[in-house]
This record gives sequence, C-alpha cells and structure tokens, in this order.
Amino acid sequence: MDKQKLVVVGNGMAGIRAVEELLKLAPDLYDITVFGAEPHGNYNRILLSPVLAGEMTLADIVLNDLDWYKNNGITLHAGKKVTKIDRVKRLVIADDLAVPYDRLLLATGSTPFILPVPGKDLPGVIAYRDIADTEAMIAAATNHRHAVVIGAGLLGLEAANGLRLRGMDVTVVHLLDWIMERQLDQAGADMLQASLEAKGLKFLLGKQTEMLTAAPDGRNAGRVGAVRFKDGAEIPADLVVMAAGIRPNTALAESAGLYCNRGIVVTDTLQTYDPKIYAVGECAAHRGTAYGLVAPLFEQAKVCANHLAQHGIGRYQGSVTSTKLKVTGIDVFSAGNFTGGDGTEDIVLHDKNGGIYKRLVIEKDKLIGAVLYGDTADGGWYFQLLKEGRDIGAIRDHLMFGDAFANNHVGDVGHAGASQAAAMADTAEVCGCNGVCKGTIVKAIREHGLFTLEDVRKHTKASSSCGSCTGLVEQILASTVGGAYQAADRSTKPVCGCTDFNHNEVRHAVRSMKLLSMDAAFKALDWRTPDGCATCRPALNYYLISTWPHEAQDDPQSRFINERAHANIQKDGTYSVVPRMWGGLTTPDELRRIADVAEKYKVPTVKVTGGQRIDLLGIKKEDLPGVWQDLGMPSGHAYGKSIRTVKTCVGSEHCRFGTQRSMSMGVELEKMLFGMWSPHKVKLAVSGCPRNCAEAGIKDVGVIGVDSGWELYVAGNGGIKTEVAEFFCKVSTREEVLEYSAAFLQLYREEAWYLERTVHWVQRVGLESIKQRVVADAENRKALHQRLLYALQGTIDPWLERTQGVARHEFAPLPAPIDINGEHHVELA
Amino acid sequence: MSNWHKVCRLEEIPPRGSRVVPHGAGSIAVFRAADDHVFALRDVCPHKGGPLSQGIVHGHRVTCPMHGWNVELDSGEACAPDHGCARRYETRVEDGEVFLAL
Ligand code: SRM
Ligand SMILES: Cc1cc2nc3c(=O)[nH]c(=O)nc-3n(C[C@H](O)[C@H](O)[C@H](O)COP(=O)(O)OP(=O)(O)OC[C@H]3O[C@@H](n4cnc5c(N)ncnc54)[C@H](O)[C@@H]3O)c2cc1C
Ligand code: SF4
Ligand code: FES
Repeated sequence: MDKQKLVVVGNGMAGIRAVEELLKLAPDLYDITVFGAEPHGNYNRILLSPVLAGEMTLADIVLNDLDWYKNNGITLHAGKKVTKIDRVKRLVIADDLAVPYDRLLLATGSTPFILPVPGKDLPGVIAYRDIADTEAMIAAATNHRHAVVIGAGLLGLEAANGLRLRGMDVTVVHLLDWIMERQLDQAGADMLQASLEAKGLKFLLGKQTEMLTAAPDGRNAGRVGAVRFKDGAEIPADLVVMAAGIRPNTALAESAGLYCNRGIVVTDTLQTYDPKIYAVGECAAHRGTAYGLVAPLFEQAKVCANHLAQHGIGRYQGSVTSTKLKVTGIDVFSAGNFTGGDGTEDIVLHDKNGGIYKRLVIEKDKLIGAVLYGDTADGGWYFQLLKEGRDIGAIRDHLMFGDAFANNHVGDVGHAGASQAAAMADTAEVCGCNGVCKGTIVKAIREHGLFTLEDVRKHTKASSSCGSCTGLVEQILASTVGGAYQAADRSTKPVCGCTDFNHNEVRHAVRSMKLLSMDAAFKALDWRTPDGCATCRPALNYYLISTWPHEAQDDPQSRFINERAHANIQKDGTYSVVPRMWGGLTTPDELRRIADVAEKYKVPTVKVTGGQRIDLLGIKKEDLPGVWQDLGMPSGHAYGKSIRTVKTCVGSEHCRFGTQRSMSMGVELEKMLFGMWSPHKVKLAVSGCPRNCAEAGIKDVGVIGVDSGWELYVAGNGGIKTEVAEFFCKVSTREEVLEYSAAFLQLYREEAWYLERTVHWVQRVGLESIKQRVVADAENRKALHQRLLYALQGTIDPWLERTQGVARHEFAPLPAPIDINGEHHVELA
Repeated sequence: MSNWHKVCRLEEIPPRGSRVVPHGAGSIAVFRAADDHVFALRDVCPHKGGPLSQGIVHGHRVTCPMHGWNVELDSGEACAPDHGCARRYETRVEDGEVFLAL
C-alpha cells in the first residue's frame, strides 16, 4: 500500500528536529515533504549570533544540508512559502504547488515584533531573525557607522555585540530601567551592562521610540538616518535593528481556521484542534505558553514524533527554561523565578570588583530560581536542582559554592585534581538545549569509542546547539577517554555494567542471603557477565569478607594487584615495600635491617613517606618474599584498602607541651586495627595536645590529647580534596579512645560503599545519624567494637605467611618453556 | 613456523589468574580464564607497557593494573574506546599440560 503523506511547513529547528526524531522511530512510515520560506536547508538559528560576531561562518551552522534531505527521501521545497491550507481536500498550497497530506506538521516559528512607529519601513530598518537579516547587518557594518538596537533582551544584546565587533558605533535603546529584565534582576543586569559598556556599547534606558526619520539627501538619501524619542531626544542611525520581541507566527494557521491564542493552541500530544494537524516550536501555544528557546521545542519535537510514529506514548508537560547570553567573555545564566516574592528567601553573593554576582531564590528548602553572573559554571547543576525540585535543606549552607563543593561526587581518582566534569554526577545535565546528561555522553564515548568533540556532537547532540556547554563536554571527553577512574554519583547507579543493582542493594543482598563466595554472589544476583569485571569484583570481595568474617572466602584473584602481591606496583612493574612502624616508631635494629635489605637487593630508592615510615621502592616481584624475610617487620599495608598508618607526635612522653601519651596511644590503636580491610584506606593520627603536630585534623579518625582526656575527630581527608575532620566526641580514658574509634570504623566497614572514604560516607549518611549510633547508644557502640575485634581475631601478617610459602605462585615466575623435542628453549633477544 | 613448548601444568595457574613465563628479553603472560581456557600474550600493555599478567582476569579479558585498559585475551586487542594490540601466542592444553607456540 502507499505510504502516508506527511507535510511539514517550516524548515527550521523544531520542525526538522521532529522529522529527525520521527525517522529514528519509524523511518519508512511516511513520504515526507518539507516547505521552507528560507532558501536554505535547516541551520542552527541560535548560532546566527556568533556568525554576526565573526566567530563562525554560515557554513559552520548548517544542521541539515541538502544531501540529508535527499538521503532520507525527503522532498524539500526551499524558498517556497505556504500560503494556504485546504483542510477539506487536505492540501497544502504554495503558489503554483498543491501537495496532499495525511498528517500536517506546522513549525512556522515566530515573526519579530516591529514597533508600529513612523519610518519602520525605511530601508536600513530590519529585525534579527534569519540569515537574510544577519547578512544585511554584516553589509551595513561594512559601509555605515551608527547602529541602534531597539530592545535590550537576549537577542538585542547579541545583535549589538556583533555589530560592535564589526566596528559599528552601537547604541542599545530599552524601554525599561534595566536590561534583560526578563532574565535578570537589577543587580545582575547592572553588572552585565557595565561589562558591555566596557566592550564599547552605549545604552539608553527608559527611552520610548517615537519615530524613525529618513536621512537627508546625500549618500544615504532615503535610508533611515535617525531615531527620535518621545522626550524629543534624537540619535543618528544608519541601521536600526528591531529586537523588541517576537510573536508566534500563526497567520497561516489562523487563515486555515485553526484555533489560535497567543500561538497555535496544541494539546499535550502537540495536536491542534484538527487532530490531523500538529504544531511544534515557537508557533505553538501549549497550556497557554509559547516558548522562545530551543530546549522546550526539542522536547515538543520528541513527543510529536512519537505520535506521528503512532507509538502514542509520551506527553509534553511543559518546560522550565534557563537562558544563557552568548556574548563571548561574558557569562550570564538565569533560570526559574529569580525575582522571588512572599515566602521566598534569597542567598546572594555579590562581588562587584571580582565581577561575580549570584542570586539563589529558595522556597521551603527548594531552589526555585537562580541568576548567575560572571561565574556560570554551576548553572547546569542549579538548573537540575530546580527542575527536580530537590530538597536542598542538607546542602543549603554550601549551595552557593556550587556542586563540587556542596556534594562530594569526587570519586577516587588518584592524586590528579578533579576537573569540574569529573565532579559532576552522571545524572547532571550538561547540554541544556538538547537535554543531554553527563552519563549519556560518557556512555556514548565508551560505546562508540568517540574521541573528538564532533563525534560526541554527532552521537549525543550535546553542545551542538548554543554551544555554551562545549568546554564541559571537552572536559568529559578528556576524563573519559583518558581511561582514568571515573567519578560519578553512585547512589542510584549500578555497581557497574555487569549488574543493575547499586552498592546498597548488593551489600544488603550479601547480608540477607548470606552470600559467602564470589560465584554464589554472581548466581544469586544473576550478574550479566560470567565472572564480573575489574570494577565489581574487588567491591563484591570486600562486601563478602567484611559482612561474613571467618566465613566468606577471600578471593585474591578479585583483588587489585597491590592487595594480591601485598606491595605497591610501580610504573615500571617493580614493587614498593613499606614495612609497618607502629605509630611511626622504629629502632636501630629495624633501621639496620632496612639498610641491609636496601643494599642486598640493590633497592634504587629509599624514602621517608608522608605516613611516618620508610618506603623501599623498585623491588622485583620475585624478590618480595626474600625482602620481607630479611626485614622481619610486619606489612605496612601501604597498598591496601585497609588500615594504613597511625601517625603520632612525641606527646607527653617527651614534649614540654604534651598533655597525653600520644605515641603509645597511637601504637595501641594501630595494633588493634592491624589487618583491617575497609571500603577505602583508613588513616589515623594521635596528637598529644591541641598543637596537633600529627595532623589529626585531616585523618579518618583523629585523636587529640587534652588535659582532661581525648578529643575524637572523624572523616578528615588530606588527599584529593582536603577535608577537615569533624568533632565526634570527647572521652576521658584510653580504653574509650579504642572503643569509640573501633565502633566508628566498624560502622564505616559495614555501611560504606567500596571506594568511599570515611568523609564521603559521613557526608552521605550524615554525621548525626552516626553519632546517634556510636556516641549516644552505648550498647550499640560496644557491639560494633566487638564485631570489629571478632573480624580481626587471629589476623596473620600477610608478609610472614608469604615468606613461609603462601601464594608462592604469585611471586615465582615459571621456568623457561621447554621445547617438546626435549632440549631447553633459548632465544637470544 | 610455530614450535610448541611445554609451560606448566594447568593447576599451576590460578583460575582467573596468570603466570609469567620468561622469554628472551621480555616475558609472556599465560592466563587461565574461569572456564579453563588458556591464553598467552606478551606481558606488555598496548597503552603504556604495563604488565598485563598483574591485571584482573574476567571473562576472556584482562584489565591492566596501570590505567585500567581492558584487553581481549584471545586477540590481544584493546577494547573500545581504547586502541592497540598486545602480541598473542597460540596455546593448547593436553591432559593437564599447558603448551605455548613460540
Ligand atoms: C608513599 C606515599 C608518598 C610518600 O612517599 O610519602 C604515597 C604513595 C601513594 N599514594 Fe598516597 N602516599 C602516601 C601518603 C599519602 C598521604 C599522607 C598521609 O597518609 O598522611 C595522603 C593524604 C592523606 C589521606 O589519604 O587522606 C595520600 C593520599 C593519597 C590518595 C588520595 C586519597 C583520597 O581519598 O583523596 C591516593 C589515591 C587513592 O588512594 O586512590 C593515594 C595513592 C597513592 C599511591 C598508592 C598511588 C598508587 O595507587 O599507586 C602511591 C603509591 C606509591 C608507591 O608505589 O609506593 N594517596 N597519600 C605515602 C605513603 C604513606 C604510608 O607510609 O603509607
Ligand atoms: C539570533 C538568535 C539567537 C538565538 N539564540 C538562542 C539561544 O541562545 N538559545 C535558545 O534556546 N534559543 C535561541 N534563539 C531562539 C531559537 O533560535 C528559536 O527558539 C528556534 O529557532 C525556534 O525554532 P522554530 O522551528 O520554532 O522556528 P524557526 O527556527 O524560526 O523555524 C521556522 C521556519 O519556518 C519558516 N516558515 C514560517 N512560515 C512559513 C510558511 N508559511 N511557509 C514555509 N515556511 C515558513 C521560517 O522561514 C523559518 O525558517 C535564538 C534566535 C535568534 C534569532
Ligand atoms: S606518591 Fe601520591 S602524590 Fe606522589 S605521585 Fe604518587 S600518587 Fe601522586
Ligand atoms: S599501561 Fe595498561 S592501561 Fe596504561
């Protein structure tokens, strides 16, 4: 049978996006014909501004070239304006042409509003809407001097900026008292105006245009020559750009008798009152709103396509919009209700000299509006909080300082600093125009092996519209393709691609189903892969052994090499050995043995670490057992997600200020915790007085001696992002120090997700809930303490075991292969 | 022409593990997957030369310990998005003995 006929009126951003979405869903359902009044393929209207500013060329902004229409079997009538729709015969008429339709899609956009003042039709008076206008402005800039832009909205300012960059003397005229009043409050607007003035723009605010007068005879005779205002003032103008707003382009629809009211009225399925006729884009009015930004129009296009494809799912519910001004070197962002009102509160940061202004509007612990000027890096994050109406009570104090600060998405990425991209949650929106979130981009990069910005644009559409997220997308590319450990908001995210369960669910299953082995876990949780991957295996192994000590079997093959070899692998494949020095204390005898080992095994580097002990670096793997044998010191676990170090200061044993015996306290703690595996590394410090020479303030557990006893601090971190430990409680005896520390760490071991440092865990579950269970609830504290001691019962030093032959295969290379004809195989390199 | 060599008995390689075999200047990593398939690759990661033998073995892949590239054990090819290849060697297992073609 014949295909159905779909006719699209309007060859612009919304109409063609709808066609693209339709082709994805049902490539063969329709014969498609597209009418466009402009003599071009579909281009990115948004980018007319960079073109005007000379930052891009028209060629750069083409979205669908003529081949695209051909290759998709679409008939394009470019440069043909549809003048009539016959809804009875179902015909679309453009002068000589009459094309029948089964379904009709109207995407006629909007028309600039031209002030009804005398002189509006003079040559040199134009709007700013399409390629023709842009070309006219560029031409004017080459042989005229004075430009006047009427209207200081997004459009007007971008036009003014472009004309200024092309050398014109530009004045922006605005009816109201501050610019961009629809997007900015006055404070933000004033700062913006100042920096635009610094770029050479002039402003006339609170001015009402009365008429445009023609130039006296001479070179410009007949062309516009001046703008006159109601107050009598007059300024010269060889070019007048009307940017005083847009009106939905409904002329065609109205002539066809379709119900219009501030736009062609459409339902949640983007159908007009004639169900065979759809409308999307700026011409459509949905629930009383006609949008003027691409993001919502693209959402409409998606839903519309879904219905044209006869899937019938998907409703358009309206959109919250955010705006960015595209003037290079100036960052402005605004979203939601930023003017506030009763029952709303403001958080404001205003740094006039620094050129930064931020205003967050809050209503009942929800963010409802934001204005950012100067630093818009967190715009995307605020916009997401706003759209999702998330409760920001908990992060309120830090909200103003942005995502990376308020949350701790920063994953465990070695010592490399975290870029903004790395700090973003996978669910965070990167490209507002196309609604693409970080996760989608990363996934595409991984799955299609993308390397360039262009590839990412092709596959995800991110940064392919207004381009203001380009920097972010590049950061994401860098951090993903670099193969580095990737940070993400893991709360809802599956552990990895092998399963749909997140860390919480897996931990819970291990406990409730009493899973005791890797394979039992794979089976019970029906893992997708036969035996997991390098991401989930170490996590699972930790969950098993920490939940069922002495029962679950530890699987060395599921541990990262450092934990399997009990040493740190180096970039050249050799290993480093850090013997334990309890509390940072050592003896002449130990030092002698270290010296002997260093000589005997020709250790290239001997270093004092930041953890108050000594590192022997550059040891061959097969030498490790020998080295350990000769050292006769226990493992320092410098390689493990485990107890690392307990730093101490000299304390009252020697120090004239010391109030407590910090060295021996540290040694006791370290001996209690020896061999403790944990979600991530654990570091403690004990100082003898508040001068705190052991840096207890940045440790997972920090202990500070005071006259009357000990202060405990928790969840500090001195690494990627320095985090000051929070006060936990004060105790009086050494026994209590041991008990409280142990209880806190055991709760961490039982609750935290793999690779979550104490600080991230505490931020996730909240310090209060932990204090409740450890400080307030004595019974529970003692139980936790006991569980830790039980888990650590009978711990054997892994180095000692290995000098006695455990896991020999791990260290001994195989003999050279034997040629089966008997004789030894020797190959000269 | 490939020339078979005896390496070790299968049980000398831990399942989901590997052993290192000296070979001329460098060495060869002999892997044993959970399903007892045996593979051999030059012990040099296509990324920056990390020792693949020290990686975590999952399915028929190994993850390099250095920067986490995944490498296909049967072909030596790096998995997308990464590009590169580690030299592979023929292997076979006959009544518990592992053989390697050099
Ligand atoms: C040896 C040492 C540097 C030194 O010469 O001083 C060191 C060396 C490494 N650190 Fe460190 N860190 C060392 C003290 C520290 C300290 C200072 C301290 O412990 O007081 C810190 C900040 C304190 C902290 O952790 O909160 C520190 C924060 C890190 C981090 C960031 C952790 C974080 O949560 O932000 C990493 C990356 C990681 O763990 O993923 C890291 C990772 C590493 C690794 C294991 C990198 C790697 O994965 O290979 C380095 C191993 C080198 C090697 O092969 O031996 N190292 N590292 C120090 C060993 C201390 C020890 O005796 O055990
Ligand atoms: C300079 C400029 C900068 C912008 N910057 C941004 C920005 O940064 N961010 C943002 O989100 N939005 C921006 N916008 C707005 C955005 O471009 C529009 O919202 C979007 O293009 C609207 O898409 P549309 O398909 O509804 O209308 P259009 O893209 O205008 O497409 C409508 C098309 O239909 C054609 N047409 C109309 N009537 C007929 C007819 N009877 N027969 C045949 N064809 C017809 C028109 O010629 C036009 O080509 C900007 C707009 C401009 C002009
Ligand atoms: S020792 Fe720590 S800081 Fe130094 S290079 Fe290694 S990881 Fe980075
Ligand atoms: S050397 Fe193997 S991943 Fe970098």
